[in-house]
Amino acid sequence: MAEQDYSFTQEELDEIERLKAKFPTDKAATLRVLWVAQEKYGHVEPEVQQLVAETLDISPAHVHGVATFYTQYYKEEMGKFVLDVCTCLSCQLCGGYEILHHLEDELGIKAGETTEDGMFSIQSVECLGACGYAPMLQVTNGVYANNLTKEKVDKLIENLRNGNMPEFESMVMRQNEKRKKAVSE
Amino acid sequence: MAEDWRSYEPLLIPDIPNLHEIDVYEENGGYQALRNILDNREGKWTRNNVTNEVKAANIRGRGGAGFNAGLKWSFMPDPDDRPRYLACNGDESEPGTFKDRNIFEFNPHLFIEGALIAAYAMTIDTIYVYIRGEYIDWVNIFEEAVEEAYEKGYLGNDILGSGIDIDLHTTYGAGAYICGEETGMLESLEGKRGYPRIKPPFPAQKGLWGNPTTINNIETLANVPLVINNGAEWYQSIGAEGHNGPVLYGISGHVNKPGVYEYPAGMPVMDLINEVAGGIRGGKDLKALIPGGTSTPVLRADQLEGVSMDSNSLREAGSMMGTAGMVVMDEDTDMVDLLWRISHFFHHESCGQCTPCREGTGWLEKVLLKIKNGDGEIKDLDMLLDLTTQMEGRTICALADAAAWPVRHTINRFRDEFEARCKKSVHAVA
Repeated sequence: MAEQDYSFTQEELDEIERLKAKFPTDKAATLRVLWVAQEKYGHVEPEVQQLVAETLDISPAHVHGVATFYTQYYKEEMGKFVLDVCTCLSCQLCGGYEILHHLEDELGIKAGETTEDGMFSIQSVECLGACGYAPMLQVTNGVYANNLTKEKVDKLIENLRNGNMPEFESMVMRQNEKRKKAVSE
Repeated sequence: MAEDWRSYEPLLIPDIPNLHEIDVYEENGGYQALRNILDNREGKWTRNNVTNEVKAANIRGRGGAGFNAGLKWSFMPDPDDRPRYLACNGDESEPGTFKDRNIFEFNPHLFIEGALIAAYAMTIDTIYVYIRGEYIDWVNIFEEAVEEAYEKGYLGNDILGSGIDIDLHTTYGAGAYICGEETGMLESLEGKRGYPRIKPPFPAQKGLWGNPTTINNIETLANVPLVINNGAEWYQSIGAEGHNGPVLYGISGHVNKPGVYEYPAGMPVMDLINEVAGGIRGGKDLKALIPGGTSTPVLRADQLEGVSMDSNSLREAGSMMGTAGMVVMDEDTDMVDLLWRISHFFHHESCGQCTPCREGTGWLEKVLLKIKNGDGEIKDLDMLLDLTTQMEGRTICALADAAAWPVRHTINRFRDEFEARCKKSVHAVA
């Protein structure tokens, strides 16, 4: 691969200024600027970490320390869609591993791997805070797909292949009858 | 606890469509507590009076520790020339816990109003709201509410003409359970790895960037406007002795109707499981319950009789209230598998600063995997129990304790099941 020039656009730099203004130190914006960088490049490999460090005028070692501490930063290039299947506690009890293994079978890869066409990565992840809607998965650090069945997973894969992301699903409390009605209308 | 829970109307997340919109919130009495305080700040609602009222209400911290929120506020030193911060903990990463996202989504202004009242009471002009990175959709929803509050003059400079300035900044993490630990969260807010800090100094003395800081959970702060509007005495009339107010119960696992439900503190556990959550799936029998998130000790079904969801009752039963994230297990649940997975979680999430935790969580997981795979021996169970005592209380933060307790209590309370998984030849000798 040809050497890539890593840099932020003026628009991104403006956004970074806005993020820095939230905090009394520039260092505090490290997490947020890593997010901006990952949004742009799809990962935060060392070259991207370097860019973040230069942009914030902080040490690359600090940025590397942060990037490697938090699981949502991709330390290497991932598939176009990263499927984070929750297998923790409630999801384990409700079939999270069945969903994970079904995905592994369907996509022909194991958790931690990426399909050859670069479309999908699968990860087995810790609790995502959707315990009442188990089993579930998160697509590329974004939308949650709840109450999964094998059929729903197949449909999700098909939709993603066609470029259709699932929509945000509002999980209204069962006690909130009026609200539920309003949401469904 | 009163038997009248069936007629309870939710207060934190009432059944009002579009309550997340500021106009709807205002139409339903929203921001009245704040207005009332600001109008009477020379009289009834001096900063101290607000703190004292909240202290008298005894809002037990909903993030898991159950500490009196108003008492925590009173630990803030008198104002000097240093900045002062309120850091709101929306990290919500304790497995079994999925309640605060409901506040962000369905009643964000109640929380914002509570945070503003807290900031007023403690003479704070900067609020940070830290939300877990995975909740990015809820971050975006919440930021819309914050924008509305700024537009309407509830946030920013000269709030409602009071001359008081309070800013609220939302930010988010990037995947790390330990950032829900209050000082780990402060480190993360400062843009670092979420390494918990040694206490003392406590955050009230040296918090964000070395300045006085109070940390409260999202649901805890959402209780504050209720206390101001109705008084501490009213608040004390809801729930159980020593544990009051409304609680968002997150019920998950093998129940027919999992989800978040709002009821008073002190709900009978069996009513929550059998009536509210519709009983065990497939008509099976209840085997066990984790009452308040992974780190709270598991209780066998026979330990649940007459138990209610409040700190006293759960302590007597041998567990804790935690986050009220209740994980229900049916008769077919494999406790060995379950405990291995819990230990895997804590091993994965240990920040690695303290040796007893970094190494201990790893060994817990490794030995449990060995037992799960049928290669364990009886003596491994006793080694695990010994290991838990060597982790507990020997680290900077409570993650090691949180990892040790489930191992100790699950093995002790389901010992037969663990022994049955150990090697038979050794079993006979033992």
